[in-house]
Amino acid sequence: MKTDLLVSVLKRAAERGATAADGFLVEEQRFSATVRLGQVDTVTHAQDQRLSLRVFAGKASAAASTSDLSRESLERVVDEATQLARITGADPHAGLPEPSELIDRVPELDLEDTSADDLTPEAKIEVARKAEAAALESDPRITNSEGAEYFDRRARYAYATSHGFAHGYATTSFGITVSPVARRNGDMQRDSWYSMARKRASLEDPVSIGRTAAARALRRLGARKVKTTEVPVIFDPETAASLLRSVASAVSGPSLYRRASFLLDRLGSRVAAPAITIVDDGLVASALGSRPFDGEGLATRRTVLVNDGVLESYLLDSYSARKLGMVSTHHAARDGSGVTVGTTNLMLLPGSATPSEMIASVRNGLYVTELIGFGVNGVTGDYSRGAVGLWIENGELTYPVEEVTVAGNLLDMLAGVEGVGNDLVLRDRTSAPTLLIGRMVVAGD
Amino acid sequence: MTEFALVPQRFFSDRFNVTPSIMDDLLGSALRGRVDDADIYLEYRVNEELVIEEGTVKKASRHVSQGAGVRAQAGTRTGYAHTDDISLGNLQEAARQAHAIADRSGASAVAALQPTRTPHDLYTLDEPPTVTELSRKLDLLRRVDAAARAEDPRIRQVIASVASEEVVMLIATAAGWVVGDVRPLTRLNVTAIAEDGGKREIGSYGGGGRVKFDFFLSEDRWRRFATEAARQAVLKLGAVDAPAGTTTVVLGPGWPGILLHEAIGHGLEGDFNRKGVSAFAGRLGEKVASELVTVVDDGTIPNRRGSLNVDDEGTPTGRTVLIENGILRGYMQDRLNARLTGMAPTGNGRRESYAHPPLPRMTNTFMLAGHDDPQDIIRSVKSGLYAVAFGGGQVDITNGKFVFSASEAYLIEDGRVTAPVKGATLIGNGPDALRRVSRVGHDLAMDEGVGTCGKDGQSVPVGVGLPTIRIDGMTVGGTAV
Repeated sequence: MKTDLLVSVLKRAAERGATAADGFLVEEQRFSATVRLGQVDTVTHAQDQRLSLRVFAGKASAAASTSDLSRESLERVVDEATQLARITGADPHAGLPEPSELIDRVPELDLEDTSADDLTPEAKIEVARKAEAAALESDPRITNSEGAEYFDRRARYAYATSHGFAHGYATTSFGITVSPVARRNGDMQRDSWYSMARKRASLEDPVSIGRTAAARALRRLGARKVKTTEVPVIFDPETAASLLRSVASAVSGPSLYRRASFLLDRLGSRVAAPAITIVDDGLVASALGSRPFDGEGLATRRTVLVNDGVLESYLLDSYSARKLGMVSTHHAARDGSGVTVGTTNLMLLPGSATPSEMIASVRNGLYVTELIGFGVNGVTGDYSRGAVGLWIENGELTYPVEEVTVAGNLLDMLAGVEGVGNDLVLRDRTSAPTLLIGRMVVAGD
Repeated sequence: MTEFALVPQRFFSDRFNVTPSIMDDLLGSALRGRVDDADIYLEYRVNEELVIEEGTVKKASRHVSQGAGVRAQAGTRTGYAHTDDISLGNLQEAARQAHAIADRSGASAVAALQPTRTPHDLYTLDEPPTVTELSRKLDLLRRVDAAARAEDPRIRQVIASVASEEVVMLIATAAGWVVGDVRPLTRLNVTAIAEDGGKREIGSYGGGGRVKFDFFLSEDRWRRFATEAARQAVLKLGAVDAPAGTTTVVLGPGWPGILLHEAIGHGLEGDFNRKGVSAFAGRLGEKVASELVTVVDDGTIPNRRGSLNVDDEGTPTGRTVLIENGILRGYMQDRLNARLTGMAPTGNGRRESYAHPPLPRMTNTFMLAGHDDPQDIIRSVKSGLYAVAFGGGQVDITNGKFVFSASEAYLIEDGRVTAPVKGATLIGNGPDALRRVSRVGHDLAMDEGVGTCGKDGQSVPVGVGLPTIRIDGMTVGGTAV
């Protein structure tokens, strides 16, 4: 762990006149292998590191970072950041958290798996090959492929502050993705499936990933537009998770203090149907979004954002909390350039209905399996995105649908949730079960 | 060696002791396993960003990143290794890793050729934007903030930022080509939030390019960006629901050219076509658009955000005709896909940074002007949508379906532009949408210089351009049924 390096950088910042400072160091090693039609396509080896520094000159602050950890480079970074801080104006809300708020012990979350260390590149390539082969062999209509990828990533993080905090942790992650192409007559459709995990042994079987990917591409063959209509819409778990991300963004500190959120001034009030409970839990053992402390050294915890439809908490780092006259919810995150607000394992808790019961409850509607585009206005909640899916008729999935949009307003959509599935699986950092929304506009012909 | 290598070459040899002869030796060792192509790419990048919110500095940051990527290719296989520690030992290790992949294959011989074009000189600046004093930038941001607020009392919040970058790159290829580039880039962005009786809306505007900081001061650009952001936010406060369903759409000039980027641009990138996964694969010479439509990708326009003297594989950029009078004429190629399909590289091999292998990407993509008067085009529509500003877009290149989201649009009723409508996503089918272009205006404009394109997790700056056009029938994803 290079916490010593961070501590020496912070010391130099103090010598240069910084009244407080914190530093974050990430070192990572990545390997990725892509196989296409059975042949190796691209193999990538990578090694990266980045030290980012935030300095305060009283109530003024600045940030700097470098990937060059040589002594001269680090000295330059410290000098540049302290100079920058001197020319920026004072911000009464700037500053580190109080030392008493920082964790003193790093919880063990079981985020590392070293079992891939002895795997040869050939063995890893073979995993991708196997996954793609399963897709290609599963049906004669799978005629082409955008390839299959295996990746692993190993990262070490260290965080230190000028008031004496210095801790680190390590994580690994593994993933497999398969993107087959199905063809029938002139119609060509691509889809994909994936698995990601902190532990290699927790990855789904490559053969089953390949088969799922193939089935997803096949069910899109023959897709067509539908007539413009207003109907119930069911979001599958993957697309439902994207709705959750929009909610998280609307309750994050920067959106709120900028007054750029459709959930502004709604704390304590009903913002969704009673069936909706949204939780951010950074302490789930071995989960992809877990971390022992946030980007400012505050303890990770479980936060209930929405409880039975009532908005109970925002997502705040210490800056946005001070600005809103509140306290941090321990959601500071580091991106390459500074401190932001980020979620850990964000999830919508499951209900009791099975997805097929939910589909069976719809006479005429759309089952959405993919969304494209950026048509979400976080300020008003206005929502309009391109959708792909299957048409529901008399409680059954029928023909595939494409080139349509689904539109509404997120407040109405959240209030209009009529069913929450029992199929929550933590496949990614943000996860949701199947969701049924009573009415949305589907635009087509 | 070209003269365009001299400055970057001196930079990397002074700073890291890496000279072209060392790069050549490394390529020699990467080539010993018989590969078709190989290169070493060195990069040094400085990014600086200033953001003000509520008139105070929210963010002042400066980031330095550097690294090297070594690539070896045999057949369709690519080995790529990168490191952010540019030292001989690390480069040797990267070359060994990249080479290992090609080694297994048994490729033919060194097939890569030197480019035939010479590099351009599109953005030499006497004062790069990263060098301009921060105090001048802060001063401008404060004036932007004041100008946006002065535009309308309903403007409650202004976020303004200046981001500046300089990239020094040097590439040496197996064919013995050594070329470098120094690339400035800057952008001024303004976001305004308007509030009126509990209703809130957001407007954004900005621009830039491979230009000096003074670009924002000339022609009072900064003031225009500020007032445009404010005007958009206030306008949207009174917007009505957008229609849902298929209607006639008129796109205004400039940034709505994002239509081309999504509808056909990605589908004409060489990798998707070589793999046969694009809706446009195998259709060269076919009619894919109305005869009014000619679309080019041009990386050689001076000072534009999407322009490059050489691409990230060292190939000088060019002007590639993609669609000529409706006929599909060309794809955008990097070296790998050009070699594998027997075509010439077009200078479209781009990468986000040393940490990414190059892919075929767009530069500045636009439609050539037609003859129609823009006002006549609007007057020709009985009922439809007039869209002048857009947010992002996305495409599924395999089935050709694309979307892009209008951020400023109006109803057209009886040939007149009437009420502003709420943001709505427009959706269409790439090989079909441009066939429906029935009018093309004489008012071609390029965007202000704000575009960023994502592909395979890699972001690169791009430009788009469009004259006013009429499309007979596009699906608008509104809520008014």
